[in-house]
Amino acid sequence: MTSSRRQFLGTAASTAFASALSLRGLDAFAAEDKIKVVGIYDLSGGLDIYGKPVVDALRFAAEEVNQKGGLLGRQIDFVNYDAQSNMQLYAQFAQQAALKDKATVVMAGITSASREVVRPVLDRFKTLYFYNNQYEGGVCDRNYFAAGVTPAQTVQKLVPHAVKKWGKKVYIVAADYNYGQIVSAWVKKYAAESGGETVAVEFFPLDVTNFGATISKIQAAKPDFVWSALVGGAHMSFYRQWKAANMAGKIPIASTTFAGGNEHIVLSPEECNGILICQNYLQELPGAANQDFVARFHKRYGADYPYITELAMGAYQGFMLWAEGVRRAQSIDRLKVIAALESGIAIDAPSGKVSVDPVTHHCTLDVHIAEVRDRKLNLVESFAQQAPSDTAAVCDLRKNPNDAKQYTIKI
Amino acid sequence: MDLAAIFSLEVVGAIATLVLMSIGLAVVFGMMKIINLAHGEFMMLGGYVAILATNRLGISIWISMLVLAPLVVGLFGVLVERLLVRHLYGRMIDTMLATWGLSLALVGLATMVFGNTTVGISSPLAGFAVGSYQTSGYTLFVIAVAVAVLAGLWLLFRFTDLGLCARASMQNAAMAAALGANPGRIYTLTFGLGAALSGLGGAVLAPVTGIIPTIGASYIAKAFITVIGGGSSVITGSLAASSLFGTVSQAVTFAATPVLGEVALLAAAIVLIRLLPQGITGRFFKRSI
Repeated sequence: MTSSRRQFLGTAASTAFASALSLRGLDAFAAEDKIKVVGIYDLSGGLDIYGKPVVDALRFAAEEVNQKGGLLGRQIDFVNYDAQSNMQLYAQFAQQAALKDKATVVMAGITSASREVVRPVLDRFKTLYFYNNQYEGGVCDRNYFAAGVTPAQTVQKLVPHAVKKWGKKVYIVAADYNYGQIVSAWVKKYAAESGGETVAVEFFPLDVTNFGATISKIQAAKPDFVWSALVGGAHMSFYRQWKAANMAGKIPIASTTFAGGNEHIVLSPEECNGILICQNYLQELPGAANQDFVARFHKRYGADYPYITELAMGAYQGFMLWAEGVRRAQSIDRLKVIAALESGIAIDAPSGKVSVDPVTHHCTLDVHIAEVRDRKLNLVESFAQQAPSDTAAVCDLRKNPNDAKQYTIKI
Repeated sequence: MDLAAIFSLEVVGAIATLVLMSIGLAVVFGMMKIINLAHGEFMMLGGYVAILATNRLGISIWISMLVLAPLVVGLFGVLVERLLVRHLYGRMIDTMLATWGLSLALVGLATMVFGNTTVGISSPLAGFAVGSYQTSGYTLFVIAVAVAVLAGLWLLFRFTDLGLCARASMQNAAMAAALGANPGRIYTLTFGLGAALSGLGGAVLAPVTGIIPTIGASYIAKAFITVIGGGSSVITGSLAASSLFGTVSQAVTFAATPVLGEVALLAAAIVLIRLLPQGITGRFFKRSI
């Protein structure tokens, strides 16, 4: 009796051990068979208004590619880490993505501050990096691709438009970090070029919520319009307090950050009607390609999905550009994919044609000026195929492939 | 001239904001010598009560801000005092640790229940014009609430039996007990009152800033600076310190930038504490409430 019990235990143990082994083997095989794509975006904290739509779009892109049979016959395994609007977590997750997950590509970062945390880490561990947001431009790094727009593509269009429509004097309010500082310099430059002048520039840390004094100062300066480069949930209080002070509609506002975080859905129409924006993508864009995309997206996430933001579309486009690079390279090897992307890849995105500029690793794409009206972005004017000329002025990756820094463009 | 009027209004608004941020803490600290590190979270709860009651239940914003929020947070305060704080009287460091733990727990709980997203509500008052300038009517409301709170507290302490007993226990709890007061009950009520005032402050400030579970952290530092700067007298101290810090920060914000305005507030606090370690009312207005 005892021996048979022992026997039984022994057999059971060895069977369990063996099956565990084989399971682990299978598991490892399955994981290796998949192509790992890591996202690091804020799903909580002050920047969550930007991060949530972006992660939805990336997941959607990965599912679309998988449904069509994946890449090189392999499925894509997409995971996102929530960086909680915390720079330290960006650094930790970037290391984890490169070393532990051995990600094929990392798509990460909302703010320029977080990008500059992630970029050196991924450079060091030789992991391909896509940054898909609109930003201030100037990053020149062969391991890095920027799928979003830069000031030469949007600010350069919107400032002259606003000066012509509203008048010469502009008052700039901006977030106090590299994005806000550099973009306001661009606004100043383009305002001067179109015959306008900047009467004041004010910067606000990302957690500032009280704009009372500034709203009075703006009135004292009597500008023809206000340029907002405000960023994040806390800065949304500016538009609320602007309306509460009866200023909505009295002095118009132009911005290339507004609506990027669904501000036009979260705020009431009275708080933001009439604001002019300029970006690469509007959910309202005409054309079958976009309408088809919106219908597919709504089928996946529900017809009541708030809004497909420009940042979400940037992430979708970045993902599809990378996928096209892998297809053309017939490999997920980093250098082969980079070479393929540098061979002049273009995709037909819902926002129009998007092509990678081999010299700067930025994109040539369409931009649109739109007016916020009753929770919609109404198209005012479109500009086809804008090149990233600001970054092209300082960055030539063909000549200096070992470059890896952000140029602050002399303005 | 118009600009001067607007400027004065912004300064008074900033003072009122500091009063609302710190008065709940001042009541608890000034009367019970309890350092309530969960004060910011009490304010956060008040903000959530006001916004959710209005957005989800359709209750008038005025009722949810001025009645519901202080009521709910005040009752919560009484519960906290009964379960946690009363075991630790006279042990300042222990109460700090306990309330700090409570604040962490409240942030975690709020994140689980409400999610980590900023929720907000449009400010319910229209703006108005001063000459050629426009300003927010809500600033006037914030000022009115601060004045009402200070006046109400003064009446309570000065003219009611409860106020008399409270002041007596504040000066010498053992003597007050010997004379027939019940310090235990007084402490419970005082802590509840402090919590209710924190909830009210959080609710009134919610339409200006929006609410997120971690917002307490941005309130508590300023509240502490104001209470310590004010010294032991609850009403006079809060008012004096708020006036000083509010004026300094707004003047610098106007003259320079919002960033320097915050720096100036901290610098003023450091200078003040260096010169008056007991706070303003430790040196002046000694016999005030």
